[in-house]
Amino acid sequence: MSDSGFSVIGKPIAMVDAAGKTTGAGKYTDDLSLPGMLLGKILHSPYPHARIKCIDTSRARALDGVVAIVTGEDAPNRYGILPVGHDETALAVGKVRYIGDNVACVAAINEEIAEQALEVIDVEYELLPAYFDPEESMKAETDLIHDHRTHNLEKDYHHVFGDPEKGFAEADYVHEARYIANEVTHAAMEPHSTLANFELDPHTGRLGRLTVWSSTQVPYYLQHKLSLVLEMPMSQIRVIKPLVGGGFGGKSEVIPLEIIAAVAARAAKAPVKITYTREEVFWAHRGRPRTIIDLKTGVKNHGRVTSVACKVIQDGGAYCSYGVVTILYSGALLGALYDIAHIRYDGYRVLTNKPACGAMRGHGTVNVRFAFESQMDEIAARLSLDPAEVRRVNLLKPPTVTVNGLRVLSYGLPECIEQVITRSGWKERRGRLPRGRGLGVACSHYVSGAANSIIRSDMPHSTVNIKIDRDGGVVVYTGAAEIGQGSDTMTAQIVAEVLGCNLARVKVVAADTDLTPIDLGSYSSRVTFMSGNAALRAAEEVKKNLVSAAARRMNCAPENVVMRDDHVWKRCATTSDMNPTMSDPDEERASGHVEGQILRGSVLQTRKEDGPKERMSFEEAVVSAIDFHGALAGTGSYAPPVEARGGKHKGGGVGPSPAYSYSAQVAEVSVDEDTGEVTVHKIWAAHDCGRALNPVAVEGQVIGSVWMGLGQALEEEMVWKDGLLMNPGLLEYRSPSSSESPEIECIIVESNDPEGPFGAKEAGEGSLAATIPAISNAIYDAVGVRLREAPFTPERILAALRAKKGMKRIAMTESVDPTAPAKFREHGGSLWFKGRGPARHPFDPARQKTQAGGGAQ
Amino acid sequence: MKKELIELRVNDRTHELAVESNNLLLDVLRQDLNLTGSKRACDDSSCGACTVQVDGIPMLSCTLLAASCEGQEITTVEGVAEHGALAALQKAYGDFGGSQCGFCTPGFMMTVRWLLANNPDPTEDEVREALSSNLCRCTGYTQMYQAIRAAIEAEQRGMKHELVETK
Repeated sequence: MSDSGFSVIGKPIAMVDAAGKTTGAGKYTDDLSLPGMLLGKILHSPYPHARIKCIDTSRARALDGVVAIVTGEDAPNRYGILPVGHDETALAVGKVRYIGDNVACVAAINEEIAEQALEVIDVEYELLPAYFDPEESMKAETDLIHDHRTHNLEKDYHHVFGDPEKGFAEADYVHEARYIANEVTHAAMEPHSTLANFELDPHTGRLGRLTVWSSTQVPYYLQHKLSLVLEMPMSQIRVIKPLVGGGFGGKSEVIPLEIIAAVAARAAKAPVKITYTREEVFWAHRGRPRTIIDLKTGVKNHGRVTSVACKVIQDGGAYCSYGVVTILYSGALLGALYDIAHIRYDGYRVLTNKPACGAMRGHGTVNVRFAFESQMDEIAARLSLDPAEVRRVNLLKPPTVTVNGLRVLSYGLPECIEQVITRSGWKERRGRLPRGRGLGVACSHYVSGAANSIIRSDMPHSTVNIKIDRDGGVVVYTGAAEIGQGSDTMTAQIVAEVLGCNLARVKVVAADTDLTPIDLGSYSSRVTFMSGNAALRAAEEVKKNLVSAAARRMNCAPENVVMRDDHVWKRCATTSDMNPTMSDPDEERASGHVEGQILRGSVLQTRKEDGPKERMSFEEAVVSAIDFHGALAGTGSYAPPVEARGGKHKGGGVGPSPAYSYSAQVAEVSVDEDTGEVTVHKIWAAHDCGRALNPVAVEGQVIGSVWMGLGQALEEEMVWKDGLLMNPGLLEYRSPSSSESPEIECIIVESNDPEGPFGAKEAGEGSLAATIPAISNAIYDAVGVRLREAPFTPERILAALRAKKGMKRIAMTESVDPTAPAKFREHGGSLWFKGRGPARHPFDPARQKTQAGGGAQ
Repeated sequence: MKKELIELRVNDRTHELAVESNNLLLDVLRQDLNLTGSKRACDDSSCGACTVQVDGIPMLSCTLLAASCEGQEITTVEGVAEHGALAALQKAYGDFGGSQCGFCTPGFMMTVRWLLANNPDPTEDEVREALSSNLCRCTGYTQMYQAIRAAIEAEQRGMKHELVETK
């Protein structure tokens, strides 16, 4: 098949579930309900670090309408997304570790009663010293967050590749600086929600199988962790993923409510649904950790990098989560973007008394990429080089294996750089813009799925089954989790392309552990590459039977059978692929009659249609194939090739991927030197996605990534005071609205990966990392200040501008410094926090009520 | 709290409902009428996912008492489709990637529908400003602008079915 000869892929099409989303008919977890369903509410810890001395639920249990109350003792088994990090329990056992930690859950007939019950659960705490700053936390000797983690150190890695010291000795110039990227969170629009229901077993009469509907990116991991905690065999647990309202990594591991709902349903002997409030979503977190990066780069005078040394400290929060993987990604993906011969990496994942950080779009790479690309810009400025040229002299020469064991085959970075340089007018405009306006460039990359799964085994990472029946319908069963990125559409497209049928024929059944074969889930941008390859193989398998039957029917060799545009025909010797007798397919469909759609009595059909045929409809081909072969089914699976699985060093399993996406971006910004406000005017983003199976979806992913990077660069930041989140709402967290969002021009670069499905690779994450440094570099170009701490808020910019002019420092950001305070001061708008609130205004009605003595509460 | 009987007119149909006086419109729509298209995504009326139209004006149903809407025409996302087919705006949102995870989409539908009803040919800035009442975390809004532009053009031509071909 020639490159341009695709009939379904490569065309911009609406997602297969788009209509459900625009009409409101699509069901997300919170939209579901079951007869007799109870609502669950969770009691959270008001203290960052405390021992639970006792929990008295008797007053709450006495309330009419309260059906069950569960605490940590009801499900004490430990779990965690990583096998090395089983440090969580569904509800706190003995100790709470962050403000918002889960203490108890009430299942009641409605939300109001459940909330009343939470008010009267009495918990006695013994407060412990808490740790909020990672560098302080690492010095801890006593009152450790987890007893088995000395110095509150979750994990540290010390990697040396090549000979970094020799590399620095060879350098003409060595640049060293500290960069900080503050904590951000996914804030997916859909708050986490889980509905759990036990069926009664007909044989034992007791609670039997469990069905869980949940907003998850990883149904199979959820099934596995439920089985661990509930001590039930996995076969007795069914996880169904309805529509998911965005994940970005926040739903890529088991979130406490998913287990708590099942534990509560078991205790209540009734279906229980728990949906987080937005504030609880912020506590559940698992976002990108605050990261401190000490980076040292040695370069030759023309910009060639000789050596890199990088020390990373991540503020991981109270539990391991994906932490060990995050800290490894930070180091591993120093490689595979540029050609760097010598790398030293020291990574520290530190526990603190804050909600756990985990995986977030661009997992582990984003903050280090911000540091690295900023440093490249600093070096270029110091050596008076063009920043784009500095990147060009450091390009890889694929195919290659990097010094840290990452195999790179397709590499579209040179074209990405070329594209953004040309489109943005970099050469002509840079340095000639008016004062306060500037351009910045940066690059990034990301994995197309991890080559090694979390749970070590040789099992395939993705499997897809296909069933085709006499109705001519193609049903695809895939475990891949559609979370809005378009995985169902991608699967349908690949299958339709291979089988040469209409997209409308293909129905995707996805992410239901009873029906669909195992797939690890939607994370690390693995779905198109891995699940797509599995779908491709499954379709090719089922196609074999279709083709051999059609060949017999048309009296030709199987290799001369062409399946395309919903028809099957015999290839003519002269006109190659062209269909000789092709009528207008639309006309045919519109008539309502479809040739060959006969469910029964195919014997009759063959009698009626005697003799070899030149051309058949897809249905006809299906019917004849079923007549010849019996049921039509195919299965395909994918595991990354051994060569792509990386080095043997400790921690070498994280970072390797069968393919890497590449991105280059130019940002144009202006800075108001009086207010410190940054306006991003436009971002040109070129992304090498191998091949764009659905260009609309690829653009959507790239633009979405860039936009999310823009949020982290300019506004988004989780602000803490004594372990209490000060901005747990969408308004205070400041996700950019349409009025702050610039024009983003997406340029798709297709490098056609040799192993990707039709050459496709990652598109959903890789672009994010380049945006932050592109903006930072543009700010430098505009006003000559280097921002080494993200986000680049007006306060930080003004402080940098004042420092540049030698003016007195104004401590505007002091109050958000997590190292500063030691006692509670404000309640930060929290709905449930029982500490002393801020001083009320004298005219505040609540205050007047209390003064009058009439305060009923 | 004692329930009262109210009549709510939603998507051109009248429903008689028993509600408590503090019931929010969003909860009544989602729980009593099973119209789950309107979503709850924040606690503080900051995201716009629950937007419905009350007498044609986009309102946040998460901070609106159901009982206060008696006698008013409420339109939810379920009432946007026309004659059993996708409205031009809905079709365009699908075709141009205006909707990814789709959780914010119902709210955007209601906001944009109001915008286009009052200003059939808005400028880019007017679209941006109107959309700023709703949050989306997936799209970066860019493809929404394209979708809205396409929907306007389709409406102007009065040939909604041609959207696919013009892409």
